[in-house]
Parts: sequence; C-alpha cells; structure tokens
Amino acid sequence: MGRVMQLASFSLAEVTYATGDISYLVQEQAKSATFKVKAKQDNVSGVILPAFEVDRVQGSDFNLTGLGRGGQQVLRSKEVYAKAVETLVELASLQTAFTILDEVIRATNRRVNAIEHVIIPRLDNTIKYIASELDEMDREEFFRLKKVQGKKKRDAEASEALRKAAAERYIEVEDIQIGGGGGDLIDTKDEDIIF
Amino acid sequence: MATTSFKDRNLLAVIGDEDSVTGMLLAGIGHVEHQKKNFLIVDSKTQVSTIEAAFQEFTERKDIAILLINQHVAEKIRPTVDKYQQAFPALLEIPSKDHPYDPSKDSVLKRVQKLFGD
Repeated sequence: MGRVMQLASFSLAEVTYATGDISYLVQEQAKSATFKVKAKQDNVSGVILPAFEVDRVQGSDFNLTGLGRGGQQVLRSKEVYAKAVETLVELASLQTAFTILDEVIRATNRRVNAIEHVIIPRLDNTIKYIASELDEMDREEFFRLKKVQGKKKRDAEASEALRKAAAERYIEVEDIQIGGGGGDLIDTKDEDIIF
Repeated sequence: MATTSFKDRNLLAVIGDEDSVTGMLLAGIGHVEHQKKNFLIVDSKTQVSTIEAAFQEFTERKDIAILLINQHVAEKIRPTVDKYQQAFPALLEIPSKDHPYDPSKDSVLKRVQKLFGD
C-alpha cells in the first residue's frame, strides 16, 4: 500500500510542477462523488462478511481536465490516484472482514468455554442423579419382590399345613362313617323308620 | 450488526494533509451535500479538537463506508483511534508525502498482532 500511495503522490507532484497549485480548485470542484463503493455480502462459514466493490460513476469533472497546460498531467494523476484508491478499498474490505471475524471468534470462544465448564458438568450431574435413582428403584423393586416371594412361600406353607391337617381329619371321619356300614346317606335318615 | 446500514454506505471520507486530500479529491471521492463535506484538510495549525470532532462526525455518518486518515494525523488522536472498534466505517491509515507508512503504529495491525500473539 505504501508503494501505491507513493506513486500517486509523485504523480500529484508532477501536476503541481506543471500546473501550479491546483488543490484549491480541486476542493472547490468536489460536489458529487464520482468514486463510490458498493457493499456486497460474502458468506464465510456462516459469517456474513461485507466486501467493498469500487463503483465509479461518470462524473462532471471535465472542467478539471482543461486546466491550462497541465490537462493531460492532471488526467494521468487522476488515474494514478484512482488506482491507489482502488487498492485502498480492497485493503478496507480485508480490514472490515478481519474486524468482524475477530468479534465472531471471541464470541464463539466464550460460548465454547461456557458450554465446556458450565453446561456439560450440569448435565453430567443430572445423568448421575437419574442413574442413581433408577438403581435405587431397582433395588427397592428387587427387595419388594423378595419380600412378596417370602410371604407367598409362607402362605403356601401355611395353607399346605392346613390342608394336610384337614385331610387327616377327613380320613378319620370317613373311617368312622364307613365302619358304621352302608353309606352315610342311608344312615342319616330317620332311625325311627324301620323296614 | 444492522445489515441494512452498510448497503447505503457508499462514500469515502478523508482526513489528511492538503496533498493527500487533493489527490483523493482528484480521484473523485469528494462529496459535498448541504454544506457538509466528506473531507477535512489538516495542517500544522489545525486543533486536535477539530480533528477529533471531524473523526466523530465521519464515524457517525450513515453514508460513509471507508474513512481514510493520514498516519501522522492519526497519531494526534491516537487514543480515539485505538478505541475505535466499529466495523463501519472501515478505518484506514494512509501515509503522506512526508511521513512514510509505519506499520508498527497502525492500530489495526496492532490488534492483528494481539490476536496472533495469543
């Protein structure tokens, strides 16, 4: 950039040498910019970057070119300066791109740090808590199951014992009845009735 | 960052010594609207406060995309320039005839070094 500006300054010096000081005239001439920049947007990995494009409008500065003897010098100097400004525009685009990317990188770093040191430990704790609760419930269920099984077994044993006792008594009763002859049914009829 | 703001920005502004400004105006960046110019000529008699005021004004205007400033002029308002963090307008330090370009003094390059340093 330094080089390009130097070239431009030299050309201006030439003009001044040839025409005399034109700075006042040039300042008066500046009414509407013929050199503008258009902004366009580039998308770089998700970041919208502005870039500047040179936009030259045909201007009404023909009065400058007829400056005394130096008309052509002035024109040449204008061209050199125009090229210098184009280089500057490109440099400015890079600079803005850099500034924006700088901010984005900083913000992303902060987000990464926050996630790494805050969000992930929190989620880890939640996971551990849930896992431990599930284990606890599992153990409780297991314990309950064992209890129920034990009770069932006891119940089964108790009813078995009851059944056995009832069965033995029944057999005794049967024995007595069978020993009495006939069937039970006949015997239960009225004993008064004699055939 | 408002995306509409830079679509309307299409002018360049200059703050510098007479020769630099003349050259820029020759290229065609000069724009005068309602008595407001987009350039400021700084010489040895100009007050620092004037330069500062112009700097503030140019950075607040919505139609300026790039602000060119001579490096020795930037030196005079170095703290203001170093504090400048906006993306728009893009601030560019240019050398002048008597002061060749010194990259160690450029505020943007200093930020670049800081970023690459860490």
